[in-house]
Amino acid sequence: MTSLFEEVPATADADADVPVRRVTVTLNGERRAADVEPRLLLAHLLRQGFRLTGTHTGCDTTNCGACTVLVDGLPVKSCTMLAVQADGHDVTTVEGLAGPSGLHPLQEGFKDEHGLQCGFCTPGMMLAAKALLEENPDPTEDEVRFALSGNLCRCTGYQNIVKAVLWAAKRMNGSEQ
Amino acid sequence: MLRKEDRRFVRGRGRYVDDLQLPGMLHLAVLRSPVAHARIVSIDTLAAEAHPKVKAVVTGAMLAERGLAWMPTLSGDRQAVLATDKVRFQGQEVAFVVAEDRYSARDALELIDVEYDLLEPVVDVRRALDPDAALIRDDVPGKTDNHCFDWETGDAAAAEAVFARAEVVVRQELVFPRVHPAPMETCGAVADYDRIEEKLTLWSTTQAPHAHRTLLSMFAGIPEHRIRVVSPDIGGGFGNKVPVYPGYVHAIVGSIMTGRPVKWTEDRTENLVASGFARDYVMQGEIAATREGRILAVRSHVLADHGAFNGTAAPRKFPGGFFGVFTGSYDIEAAYCSMTAVHTNKAPGGVAYACSFRIAEAVYLVERLVDMLAAELDRDPVSLRMQNFIRPDQFPYTSRTGWVYDSGDYPRAMELALQIAGYDELRAEQAERRARGAGEPLMGIGVSFFTEAVGAGPRKDMDMLGLGMADGCELRVHPTGSAVVRISVQTQGQGHETTFAQLIAEELGLHPDDVDVVHGDTDSTPYGLGTYGSRSTPVSGAAAVLAARRVRDKAQLIAAGMLEVAPDDLEWSTAQGGGRFDVRGVPGSGVTIQEVAMRAHGAGDLPDGVEGGLDAQISYNPDNLTYPFGAYICVVDIDPGTAVVTVRRFIAVDDCGTRINEMIVEGQIHGGLTDGIGMALMEFIGFDEHGNCLGGSLMDYLIPTALEVPDWETGTTVTPAPDHPIGAKGVGESATVGSPPAVVNAVIDALAPYGVRHADMPLTPSRVWEAMQGRAAPPF
Repeated sequence: MTSLFEEVPATADADADVPVRRVTVTLNGERRAADVEPRLLLAHLLRQGFRLTGTHTGCDTTNCGACTVLVDGLPVKSCTMLAVQADGHDVTTVEGLAGPSGLHPLQEGFKDEHGLQCGFCTPGMMLAAKALLEENPDPTEDEVRFALSGNLCRCTGYQNIVKAVLWAAKRMNGSEQ
Repeated sequence: MLRKEDRRFVRGRGRYVDDLQLPGMLHLAVLRSPVAHARIVSIDTLAAEAHPKVKAVVTGAMLAERGLAWMPTLSGDRQAVLATDKVRFQGQEVAFVVAEDRYSARDALELIDVEYDLLEPVVDVRRALDPDAALIRDDVPGKTDNHCFDWETGDAAAAEAVFARAEVVVRQELVFPRVHPAPMETCGAVADYDRIEEKLTLWSTTQAPHAHRTLLSMFAGIPEHRIRVVSPDIGGGFGNKVPVYPGYVHAIVGSIMTGRPVKWTEDRTENLVASGFARDYVMQGEIAATREGRILAVRSHVLADHGAFNGTAAPRKFPGGFFGVFTGSYDIEAAYCSMTAVHTNKAPGGVAYACSFRIAEAVYLVERLVDMLAAELDRDPVSLRMQNFIRPDQFPYTSRTGWVYDSGDYPRAMELALQIAGYDELRAEQAERRARGAGEPLMGIGVSFFTEAVGAGPRKDMDMLGLGMADGCELRVHPTGSAVVRISVQTQGQGHETTFAQLIAEELGLHPDDVDVVHGDTDSTPYGLGTYGSRSTPVSGAAAVLAARRVRDKAQLIAAGMLEVAPDDLEWSTAQGGGRFDVRGVPGSGVTIQEVAMRAHGAGDLPDGVEGGLDAQISYNPDNLTYPFGAYICVVDIDPGTAVVTVRRFIAVDDCGTRINEMIVEGQIHGGLTDGIGMALMEFIGFDEHGNCLGGSLMDYLIPTALEVPDWETGTTVTPAPDHPIGAKGVGESATVGSPPAVVNAVIDALAPYGVRHADMPLTPSRVWEAMQGRAAPPF
């Protein structure tokens, strides 16, 4: 079953009578291009076009934040951005969080503090948290809750997510947990 | 122990249904009714069929020709796969389109022209049985009204006698409004019908893959061995993913018609408007007591709104679920409940959202009534509960409605909650604030003490569609001593991959990393009824433990042969973390479980009568349910100017017997408490008089964010389940069941200076404000 879920090369939905535009993005540090319809949502380009399925869609009204990615370092709900608007920009998805030396501290923190259950909100949650920690490396609990209030979770009751983000902040600041 | 499944989820490498990409896969979109009740005059699909990317457009008439327009529900009713004669709720499936991509499929929906002849909708549950109410289910021969079913439990005459002589009687209508589980991942499926092998593979968001396979086989006529249902990673279920939805059938039909895989993924609005709702009980509650506060009886009549079709997932003999546990945690003399369920022009559902088969409603009823009785008697709600608790020495306790509670120590849990909360100090603070008077935030303290009943269930009493509610486990130990355990239940985030490995590892003296858990694939896992009703640990968990013990018994015979001693001369130990059999009294003399495994699969003779291999399979039929319980205390502040409720603290003491993984149990409780705050304060699926759903998106259906919930304060007591092999009870739904009354009791307590006796959920600022003005008001 594994192979069924693996990435396939990005394919544009290029039909003769539908206008398409070339989109070029730096995706997780790698230059990627696709021909897309102007109406295609960035979330769908990432998921279907580039087969990066860690970005999820949990709603149709921009409330849930499961599709959160970083565009030029800022958290964006990719269900509410057209793929063509990302042209020329730098996009980070959950698949780009881990570095060559291993998991990002946020990924470690979410595991260590049990900040996830079904895992569906987790990618968006971690990326929203990453943007927070870059702007505010030592947030209070209230600041974490506020920063994540655009990201809904149905499983965890948020407390362990808050702990996970604070865990990561400490790790990234070089202090002991 | 940290969770195994996190490794993939934190990397974005989970495998959810919509992640699936098959060669040639097509996409499906559903045309839904814009109105609640109307006759379908005509459907024109010509323009949609002409769309260059459309492969198929299917209407109810086309399904009817093949006998597939209606499908059975888990509760023995039937539900339209696509509407044929008329639509019965807004959002109902009318037609579907299969196209090359999901954007084109949606485009084509706009090209279908349906003419409706509007009928009067039945929206108000209280009017559904009026003689002039429109008939919703004219598809059922002989049906003349909107009656769904009647049900009763307890002893009406005994209850009447007690109520007639009681010194104090409190009555209240309590509405548990319609809410929705709203898992972050909506429902979806990929169907792949292989015309050569004549085999259907269905990847779907199902909490009960085996039951779905059986139902699909019975309905679609495909032999069961040629259907494989696979439930991959599921982005939350909460009961929403138990029923078989029309969308799954659409995908199957689409794949059979086109010969290609077909994907269906509903959007959030479709999920909220058309998939299984929860609650929607109007409960006339009554509680009888002495002046001294001895509770004598509880009685209720329930009016249950089941929507247009009875799609409730409940054991066949329990159409009202386990509502019969409405006597709660109290030792009383008599109890009676009657229930009338009706059809309305709304989506089907009812049992969902961690309700444990209607126990959420039952606990809400009794815990609100006990609080109202406390107010009537001017008693502290804690002392009144303590006075009436079933005592520890009364277990096993048979309730007045026939439920045999397995074990409990209620006073101990209540006392721990009081201690964590600093209850006396809280009451002192409240008194002080009230004395200071106007302008101060109003402070409320709410208590809830609940008893759950989870682990359905004994097959003599419990089945769905004739399928007994047993669950299976199949355990295989490999030659090198690692193991695979295949279970019939299906996690949706509850951590089964970790906890079932822990169960097996503990019994066999293995490391949990050496045990892999397989679930969700009906071709490779043993039969069972799936995960809901907090039944995984009580049923499949018991099966896993017993399978491991069966393996260990066999290992002991093999070890005895290896050591040339009698089996009884061996003793099992897991000292130093590894399982081994040693000759009794001689530590280190024996063999490890790994050595036994190699022998079981290897060369050389085995003792007489012992087959090779080291496997076991169990189908576990529980003797009884498990009855976890908890003591919850909620502290709220209410702004007197805006009526905004803030949950300041929430203390939750849960007792689910033996805890397999403390960290995971705590996470389950945190999530459930958040549900409770959502239901009590925010969440609501409402309808206007035309039957338009008013809670159809996350713009309107509000679920808590990180800002609406406090830091949870939890406590633990351990009262093991006597009937379970390791004493474990279910717990997943406890917090969702136990917390709403705690929040409502806290809000009503805060409003006591305003003379407020009761207000129905959700306690939004507008509703609290109206209550403060002495008015009952609708939530919008």
